[in-house]
Amino acid sequence: MNLLNLIKTYRYFLLIILFDLIITIFHPDTGLTIFKYTAGNFAEMLAIIPPIFLLLGLLDVWVPRETIIRYLGEGSGLKGIVLSIVLGAAAAGPLYGAFPVAAVMAKKGTKYRNIIIFLCSWATLKIPMFLFEMSALGIKFALTRWLVNVPGILAIAYFIDRLIDAEDKAEFYRRQMANP
Amino acid sequence: MFTLFLYLLALGGLVFSFIKDRQKTKMAVMKGWKAFTNILPDFAVVLALIGIMLTYLSPHTIATLVGKSSGFWGMLASSIVGSITLIPGFVAFPLAKSLLDRGAGIMQMAVFVSTLMMVGVVTAPLESRYFGKKETILRNSLSYVFSFIVAIIIGMVVGS
Repeated sequence: MNLLNLIKTYRYFLLIILFDLIITIFHPDTGLTIFKYTAGNFAEMLAIIPPIFLLLGLLDVWVPRETIIRYLGEGSGLKGIVLSIVLGAAAAGPLYGAFPVAAVMAKKGTKYRNIIIFLCSWATLKIPMFLFEMSALGIKFALTRWLVNVPGILAIAYFIDRLIDAEDKAEFYRRQMANP
Repeated sequence: MFTLFLYLLALGGLVFSFIKDRQKTKMAVMKGWKAFTNILPDFAVVLALIGIMLTYLSPHTIATLVGKSSGFWGMLASSIVGSITLIPGFVAFPLAKSLLDRGAGIMQMAVFVSTLMMVGVVTAPLESRYFGKKETILRNSLSYVFSFIVAIIIGMVVGS
């Protein structure tokens, strides 16, 4: 019964693994490469995700909603925008690490536009990544990209904020609040 | 290096929290664990998809796809490859550099790097689980269009 539930929960994942296995039967080299990369992805995820979720749990328990609202909520203005950029840029790791963080930020009352700003900043403004980009592609390339990205992110966040109606936003916040 | 910092921060927070309030700490760990197991099924799917994607779109394949093509079609090809692939920066930047050295255009590489970081086709199911379909489509398509603007500006600044 319990096993059945587990299989049901992971059915899509299991289907992909089945697909990988079929490939392995017909093209062993390709199949093994897929498994090697998949295992590598899991290793990377497991390396970066535990501290993120642990911090999220701590944040959820210790930081009062009022604090987040004051710094990132409605009426946080320019301060909230800057803080969202800084929080995103200070991060490292793939974009999927940003999703759960943004979800808890929403749960605590972060303004919708600031959530999107945070998400986009994490995607493309990451400072550790910037340093690496600079050494590989040159300071002109990296710096131009970074500087153009800041207003670009603000514009993208503005449009998304305008284009998603109040009802969808309310539903998004409701879903985050319903999470444990 | 950053991962280590993250671990130190999390462990430090955990110890500090434990000293202040054991019950609250227990709650925090439970919440973190629950949030993780809630999303793990979707996570697993995305990671498995990335495994397939990396195999079929290896750096070598990418090089032949977007390497020598130029002009608008080259940019379009680079942007599509950048949107679909999800390769870490420490692989992507040297790859872009080596393609540049082998004659790829600066705008093509800029759009490749930008879409790589901002647009995530394989992670879209996961993003949608958190933020809904509308946000996912909007953020990714706006980022896609924006990547071309970034590329053109980089082309003007670096190319000249």
